[in-house]
Amino acid sequence: MGTISFYLTATVAILSTAMVIFNRNAVHALLYLVVSLLAVAVIFYQYGAPFAAALEVIVYAGAIMVLMVFVIMILNQGAAAVEQESRWLQPRSWTGPAILSAVLLVQLVVLLGSDGAITAGTPGTIGPREVGIALFSQYVLAVELASMLLLAGLVGAFHLARQRHADSGEVEGAD
Amino acid sequence: MPIESIPALHTGLSLAAVLFCLGLAGLLVRRNIIFMLMCVEICTNAAALAFVVAGAHWSDADGQVMFVFVITLAAAEVAIALALVLQFYRRRYTVDIDQLNALRG
Repeated sequence: MGTISFYLTATVAILSTAMVIFNRNAVHALLYLVVSLLAVAVIFYQYGAPFAAALEVIVYAGAIMVLMVFVIMILNQGAAAVEQESRWLQPRSWTGPAILSAVLLVQLVVLLGSDGAITAGTPGTIGPREVGIALFSQYVLAVELASMLLLAGLVGAFHLARQRHADSGEVEGAD
Repeated sequence: MPIESIPALHTGLSLAAVLFCLGLAGLLVRRNIIFMLMCVEICTNAAALAFVVAGAHWSDADGQVMFVFVITLAAAEVAIALALVLQFYRRRYTVDIDQLNALRG
């Protein structure tokens, strides 16, 4: 039962990701990306990581995707953009990268399947309690660094997205 | 959830490899900067999946700790990248990455 649901979820994740990279419409692609992230969250849960699954849904599928939806709304791309995407997605432009990525994928899977690469483990569920203890004991410095990274990202995004006049450099207003 | 039902390590890592290669292919194929950003997200998410799967295999919390850091990195990266996309669109009125050729690269 667990194996069937794992392969089902993995198939959903792979198909929706493929739909993301071959879709012509940005909003449709984003919705498929949300489906893909939710499928990966289910896989996290099946691997005994409920905390990671919850974070994936809340932060990735929730916050980050909403940010992208807002930017796509601001860019306001209509039917012309879909037509342009159809012109850009010709077979002669995507066969080369697809073949190269397939070669890389085969190499990775062969390496993962080879004997001796993976030692025996002790699989088990890891709840939020263990993750929290690890985060705030041995990785507390990394948590502080992550908070500084987020602050830098906030300030940088605010600075970059400001509207200013091209000639004088004068700030007109913040978004 | 009983321990026996956790899937094997190599299937999860293979899924992460498939997702990463799909994202890489999309990054190489697309010219729309929004789609390229989505493909970078797919690649980041595949790397995070590999961390969580490996952490589950060895029953270690470090995998999920790294997942938390990866998700932080992805949030900061998306915020900066979307701000850059907005600036780019205001200046050139397009989302074509080939228009960013001022350095003649």
